Amino acid sequence: MHSSAAALAEQFDDLEQQHEASSLGMWVFLATEVMFFGGLFTAYIIFRNLYLPAFEAGSRLLDVRIGAFNTAVLLCSSLTMALAVRAAQLGKKGALITFLLLTLLLGLTFVGVKLAFEWRHDFSEGLVPGLNWTFDGPDSRHLELFFCFYFFMTGVHALHMVIGVGVLTVLINMAWRGKFSPQRYNTVEMSGLYWHFVDIIWIFLFPLLYLIGGRY
Amino acid sequence: MPGHVVPKKLYILVFAALIVLTGLTTSVAFINLGKWNTVAALVIAVCKATLVVLFFMHLRWSSNLLRIVVASSLVWLAILIGLTLSDVFTRDWTPIPSNWEAQIQQDVR
Repeated sequence: MHSSAAALAEQFDDLEQQHEASSLGMWVFLATEVMFFGGLFTAYIIFRNLYLPAFEAGSRLLDVRIGAFNTAVLLCSSLTMALAVRAAQLGKKGALITFLLLTLLLGLTFVGVKLAFEWRHDFSEGLVPGLNWTFDGPDSRHLELFFCFYFFMTGVHALHMVIGVGVLTVLINMAWRGKFSPQRYNTVEMSGLYWHFVDIIWIFLFPLLYLIGGRY
Repeated sequence: MPGHVVPKKLYILVFAALIVLTGLTTSVAFINLGKWNTVAALVIAVCKATLVVLFFMHLRWSSNLLRIVVASSLVWLAILIGLTLSDVFTRDWTPIPSNWEAQIQQDVR
């Protein structure tokens, strides 16, 4: 009884209502994020249709193997995040910390692969608009536009990943200090919603940037 | 305890489906299907996103209020993309009236 009372903020009638309010707030925030990324996707669709050959050539310059690998890494991290929420619901502290740590490591792997393999490779190839652009083949200007989209979209996505890694660090610290219980785990679940959302953005970025460039 | 506890097995099943779909979308990209390549890529992406939202994000067990929020975010996304594209892709359907050019010349003078 005592733990339940401590888990309930005074403005709510019961834990059910508190859980519903947290979920509603998080989903509304995610709806604004849908619109944020939606603008980028819309712009990408328009310019891809305007300069189709250049955008398809740009897609083929990206490494599908790294893209697919990173997709798998993110899906793994979503699984471990879902299992972390489950561990929190059941009050299993050890499992919660383990799964949060695994999620953190997978998230860092994703960002690390992106930085160390993809972006560094693009830079050495002279495919970074503004910083190092040496491509002088046909349609160079339009290809540059493709890479602007590529870096902005994957960059904003990676920024969301880094924020997620920060959130996970706080969660691990809180879990370590025993802040969560079967009555009190909303923080873990809402952070999970954010993490899965970032995964969904990548689920769309991967085919749109890497796959639909006529690789056959 | 508020919220629904999902069996571990279901999470792993959903994860396996997501990995299979990733493999599928990647291999389909190397087969020439013409315009259908884009359609296939997007349909598979929507399937994967639906799996994540329904199971990992617990929408399958959530209240109708949360479902309305998710549905309305998709409606707004459709308005954003639909109205923007309906403008951009129809701009040259109607010719520019010939007297506009004369009007502009007159204004410049």
